[in-house]
Amino acid sequence: MLLRFFLMGLDRKAGIVLTILAFLAVAVPVLTLWVPADSPFHLSVFTVSLLGKYLCFALLALALDLVWGYCGILSLGHAAFFALGGYAMGMYLMRQIGPRGVYGNPVLPDFMVFLNWKELPWYWLGFDHFWFAALMVLVVPGALAFAFGWFAFRSRVTGVYLSIITQALTFALLLAFFRNDMGFGGNNGLTDFKDILGYDIQADTTRVVLFVATVAALALSYMIASGVIGSKLGKVLVALRDAESRVRFMGYDTESYKLFAWTLSACMAGVAGALYVPQVGIINPSEFAPASSIEAVIWVAVGGRGTLAGAILGAVLVNMGKSYFTGALPELWLFALGGLFVAVTLFLPKGLLGLGAQLKAKLPGRKASPLPNAQTANQATGQTAGQKGA
Amino acid sequence: MRRALRWLMAVCVVVATSTAAYAADPRAIDLRPLVQALGSGGYSGTEKALTQLSEAGDPAAVPVIEALQAGDLYVRKADGSVVVARKAGDAFTLTDPLTRAALGDAPAAAVEKIRINNSLRRAISASLGALTLMSPDAGVRRSAADAVFKSRDASALETLSAAIAKEQDKGVRAAMEQARAAILLTGEAASKMTDAEIQSATDTLTARGDRDALVLLNMVAGSGASDITKKSAAAAVSTLEQKLAFWAALQNLWYGLSLGSVLLLAAIGLAVTFGVMGVINMAHGEMVMIGAYTTFLVQEFFRAHAPGLFDLSILVALPAAFIVSGGVGIVIERSVIRWLYGRPLETLLATWGLSLALQQAVRSIFGPTNREVGAPSWMSGAFELGGLTITYGRLWIVVFAFAVFAALLVALKRTWFGLSIRAVTQNRPMANAMGIRTARVDALTFGLGSGIAGLAGVALSQIDNVSPNLGQGYILDSFMVVVFGGVGNLWGTLVGALTLGTMNKFLEPYAGAVLGKILVLIFIILFIQRRPRGLFALKGRAVEA
Repeated sequence: MLLRFFLMGLDRKAGIVLTILAFLAVAVPVLTLWVPADSPFHLSVFTVSLLGKYLCFALLALALDLVWGYCGILSLGHAAFFALGGYAMGMYLMRQIGPRGVYGNPVLPDFMVFLNWKELPWYWLGFDHFWFAALMVLVVPGALAFAFGWFAFRSRVTGVYLSIITQALTFALLLAFFRNDMGFGGNNGLTDFKDILGYDIQADTTRVVLFVATVAALALSYMIASGVIGSKLGKVLVALRDAESRVRFMGYDTESYKLFAWTLSACMAGVAGALYVPQVGIINPSEFAPASSIEAVIWVAVGGRGTLAGAILGAVLVNMGKSYFTGALPELWLFALGGLFVAVTLFLPKGLLGLGAQLKAKLPGRKASPLPNAQTANQATGQTAGQKGA
Repeated sequence: MRRALRWLMAVCVVVATSTAAYAADPRAIDLRPLVQALGSGGYSGTEKALTQLSEAGDPAAVPVIEALQAGDLYVRKADGSVVVARKAGDAFTLTDPLTRAALGDAPAAAVEKIRINNSLRRAISASLGALTLMSPDAGVRRSAADAVFKSRDASALETLSAAIAKEQDKGVRAAMEQARAAILLTGEAASKMTDAEIQSATDTLTARGDRDALVLLNMVAGSGASDITKKSAAAAVSTLEQKLAFWAALQNLWYGLSLGSVLLLAAIGLAVTFGVMGVINMAHGEMVMIGAYTTFLVQEFFRAHAPGLFDLSILVALPAAFIVSGGVGIVIERSVIRWLYGRPLETLLATWGLSLALQQAVRSIFGPTNREVGAPSWMSGAFELGGLTITYGRLWIVVFAFAVFAALLVALKRTWFGLSIRAVTQNRPMANAMGIRTARVDALTFGLGSGIAGLAGVALSQIDNVSPNLGQGYILDSFMVVVFGGVGNLWGTLVGALTLGTMNKFLEPYAGAVLGKILVLIFIILFIQRRPRGLFALKGRAVEA
């Protein structure tokens, strides 16, 4: 049954994605750990962590694509779920430091000693167990998304309004996590991690294992996402993306469908955050910044909205570009990113993966194809300005 | 004409009399011989000179008399001159009592102290009080009264009563009476006073109505004074607390109005582009930022070429910012947004990209640091209104926000251009068929919204840091205001801005600034659940397009 679910969504594209991921999962450890350091094929641990970071972002983009590409919900607050997952993992890693902190307190993390806290707040209890933290990585973003979505979808908050209140959500969390008395380290966040599951977090092997875990999480999430989309449920999702009112009139309980996809997506984002934190070694409130959520949207848009594989491709490419630009031409990075936003929305409405189809449709007959998303957007705006596109 | 002449003559007379008054100013009397006289003739000679000094009424004598009181006034034996001497080791450091010029050091044997007795001490404190409390300058009298209020020095009581009897200025007399009430209530005299006197003293303090008076009354209520005094003070404390709470609430309301008008300014342009056109302009904040930088450039121009006219720079900056921001807006509309009509989420992404690029462009041109934008003189300073402190800058911003709002309302409702905008908003094909050039209206509407954002930038440059990130801070708030108020409704924007501003400021004292803001955001999220289309939602078929 479960196997059928996973296999159902697999098509040629999925095969390519999973093959590449499997290749990475094998090649990267080999090139890092067993190829001698002076060989041109050797990968440094730094590169591995960087790749791992890209793949975490790819997982976030995949989660976002699930709701934006297939459900029509443009979330401008997905980084909040990412950061919450990251904080859950960060809390576990903080507890693992034990008495090795600067103040040497066996129970309290350094920042709590610094703030003169006497005992661990109740919401930190349990985070010394990995299984509990791992559960929270899924439960906390999932529960928040469920509560938020339950209210929002039931009240039929759609389109732009939904996007803006997701921004409000992530902004409120940003402000909250900046507060010292929240007990999450204020604006310094959580850092100085020592080990994970008893292994030194700085060790080469740990880093490689974390990378492989990220690849595995990405592959599994991809299979789940494509399984959902290939199922009958996925067909309803796409239908309500394109014409929500009609689907509702046909008797479907659209709220529940949206809520399912939304919560699943938030959990995936949480996992991405949880894998991100041990690889970069810090989590702080800036992850909640409204801008980072919007940046994640552009990854999906660049790769191709509603393609899953495109989200992964977009996230990796844009972040590689970011690493290059911020290192080599820091002045130009925002121009490049800004230009990318404009260019993609104007010229690549289907993203890089849709480029082939777009060219094919345009070249032979020179027939202007209708813009692919016009339908959705019209429905979402609630404004009459949509008439101009028609 | 005649009236103007009369005015002119009146002005001349005033000027002439004030010059005459200046000539007769007692300050013109040379104090030197009087100060000199302090040092001769023993106790009686000193007392006589002291009386003359205080009658001269020159505040410059105050430090001399204070030195006499402190026993720092000496006669230099060599030439008999009066000096201020302070012990430094074995010797004395001499200074001139009037000019405070250093006169070098002298051994202890070279100077002789001007001694004072009890009768002289009384005369000294009386003349000190008289010099300050009866100074011809109302400001000096007032600060003397305030000083007495703070020190509650019982010895000043007599002089104070005399000064009150002579005082003509209402405000100063009130200050003096408060000072007297403070002395009476806290001093030993309180036990001898009648109930009516105590009541009138507490009433005087209650009338003062500020925190100092509250502290004083609380002190009296908790002190070992007689029961009747305590009771009277306690009653006064509760009245005063109520009054202060009332003013505090009013001050909060004012802060809320002030914040609300800032939000209104930032959001009102968005209400046009988002509300009327349905375009989500994430670069709206950058239009505000461009307006602020235009102000900076205009001010730089004035600083360089016409520093005397600096006060007018803001007035020049207003149209300049409107034109620059509006122009940038039109360029953006023609180059990007017009391809994206009907796809609001894509517009959101594209304009976000534009906002990043604009920020970086400004950062590359002007640098990442804050730019200094000055306030014209008529916008700086503050005044008091009852228990409120209102700064002119904030007041002007409130006025300006409402003026812009009213102007926009008139433009949309009463002009041909506004009519075209509304026509295109309501029914684009029909408007087109009626001969309205819809494309041009789109561009101009977007320009209008951006131009208003530029105007907001001029105002915000007065209260916020002019940096490339200026707009970022306002974009989310502006969207909240528009969404909360209801898209497509300018009145909704007004109500939304003022509500959110006031709510924020009323939450701040209880929850702190950050938590207050979080609570407001949560409130908006919950509110949208109740009313997904905002406070004043559009009704009818336009809603479900």
